[in-house]
Amino acid sequence: MKSLILSTAALALTASMGLADTVRLGTEGAYPPYNFLNDNGEVDGFERELGDELCKRAELTCEWVTNDWDSIIPNLLSGNYDAIIAGMSITPERKEVVQFTQGYTRPSPSAYAALSADVDLGSAVIAAQASTIQSSHVAGTGATLVEFPTPDETIAAVNSGEVDAVMADKDFLLPIVGETELQFVGDDVFLGEGIGMAFRQSDTDVIAKFDAAIASMKEDGTLNTMLDKWEIEGKF
Amino acid sequence: MKGGGCPPLPLTRQPCFLSPVPIPTRSTIFSFCSDPATLEGIQWYSCYLTTGKHLAFYMSFGTVLLLLAVTAPTALLFGFGGAMAARARFTPLSWLGKIYISVVRGVPDIAFFLFFVIALDQGIEYLRHKVKCPDWDAPIRQGNDFLVCSIAKMPLGDAPQWLHEAYGFSLAVLTFAIVFGAFAANVLFGAMQAVPHAQIETAAAYGLSHRQTFWRILVPQMWTYALPGLSNLWMVLIKATPLLFLLGVEDIVFWARELGGSKTAKFTDYPHPDWRMWYFLGLLVFYLVFTRVSELVLDRITTRLAHGQATVDGEAQRKAA
Repeated sequence: MKSLILSTAALALTASMGLADTVRLGTEGAYPPYNFLNDNGEVDGFERELGDELCKRAELTCEWVTNDWDSIIPNLLSGNYDAIIAGMSITPERKEVVQFTQGYTRPSPSAYAALSADVDLGSAVIAAQASTIQSSHVAGTGATLVEFPTPDETIAAVNSGEVDAVMADKDFLLPIVGETELQFVGDDVFLGEGIGMAFRQSDTDVIAKFDAAIASMKEDGTLNTMLDKWEIEGKF
Repeated sequence: MKGGGCPPLPLTRQPCFLSPVPIPTRSTIFSFCSDPATLEGIQWYSCYLTTGKHLAFYMSFGTVLLLLAVTAPTALLFGFGGAMAARARFTPLSWLGKIYISVVRGVPDIAFFLFFVIALDQGIEYLRHKVKCPDWDAPIRQGNDFLVCSIAKMPLGDAPQWLHEAYGFSLAVLTFAIVFGAFAANVLFGAMQAVPHAQIETAAAYGLSHRQTFWRILVPQMWTYALPGLSNLWMVLIKATPLLFLLGVEDIVFWARELGGSKTAKFTDYPHPDWRMWYFLGLLVFYLVFTRVSELVLDRITTRLAHGQATVDGEAQRKAA
């Protein structure tokens, strides 16, 4: 029965696709190098470049929208935009709510960063952005988890001594560790199944288009060039 | 479009895709801003404070002022309607007014904002869906998805970004107006009751109808009683504007947080540590100045409205004259 409903929905969608081939891409705009607002206030970063190229390959017109991380999935479901492309790792929990394309990054290493090297990660107070794979990972260890709504605030919390360490994607921490007094602590942890674009489960037609575009970028190596350019680890 | 250079994407001002420089364009006001890394002191700040991002920040002050300018009269209108309904002689209407006043006042602002904006948005789309796509047989709620046909979307999926923003802004104004309207309704209701009964009786004695009494005797006299309550509301409304951020409108709090966060040299020409405190301090000063100006204006209005009234203020003015 459910598949019947889904297929009618898919049919109806295909029929109406001619009308609306503008795809609105929702992102957070606060997570360099994946996505951030540049000095001109525009969305920039790895995912901006990737998204633009994917839309070109799928022959769709795309528009960029920023949204708070906390409400990024609810606003997708209620139709404020059509896709999430915001450094969102593919996890089983999220798969129950949204549908992902194939990953466009390898499962990305997450890392801890702290002001001093002698932090006991098993019992420390650790900051992570709310509703991320890192926050659920920290919650599963013996450490005390403190959640913040934006990545920026997790860094500020370590610097002010409010928490002992921060856990985040290593790609996000790399430039910060390079330029400030923070240093990596402990080993990298591999979480999730890579980063993918997320869509409403009913939008099967658009997902297929983007999935094909990602596959073609993996094939001809442009995705690797892009990952290199933005210094994101792992290649296809 | 394939292979033919770069597609004209909205929001894109980058000249070409796969260009080797991460941040290719710089729109600058001052000519010396082309290489900020070499600048120092005042020059650095004058470049930093005029980046596109900062201009968006300054524009967002306009958003807040516009919100206030539109919301205040709308809320007053809602309040007036609510108060009129609450004191109507037709009982169901009076119930309606009283229910509006007590329910909206009793719900926490944030809960109301979060609930109402989503409910209103989906409600509008649902109605449009029913009218425009009567043949649609798939359910509207599929699991977690809220799905209406694409021509029922509000605004349409292919509408330009500013239309989406204007729509979001209007939803915000309406929500603010409903919430503050309920408080205003209670204030106005009380003010209408406070007008001396002798005034109403005199009006009746002169043979004025109920409607005439309301518009010519009651309303002109009630403002002096309503003003202290309304000025309170105005102050609270000013301070409540950061709630816009909650509704996804990019207001001053959003930009202050975004601009203030620490920036590394890799992704910006103007790296700096965590400056959020200074940005928020700026907001604090803005709100303080704004509420102070409001106080001065409201004081003048109070004096003017007391003129000729049977109140202590009005009496003092009469004696001084």
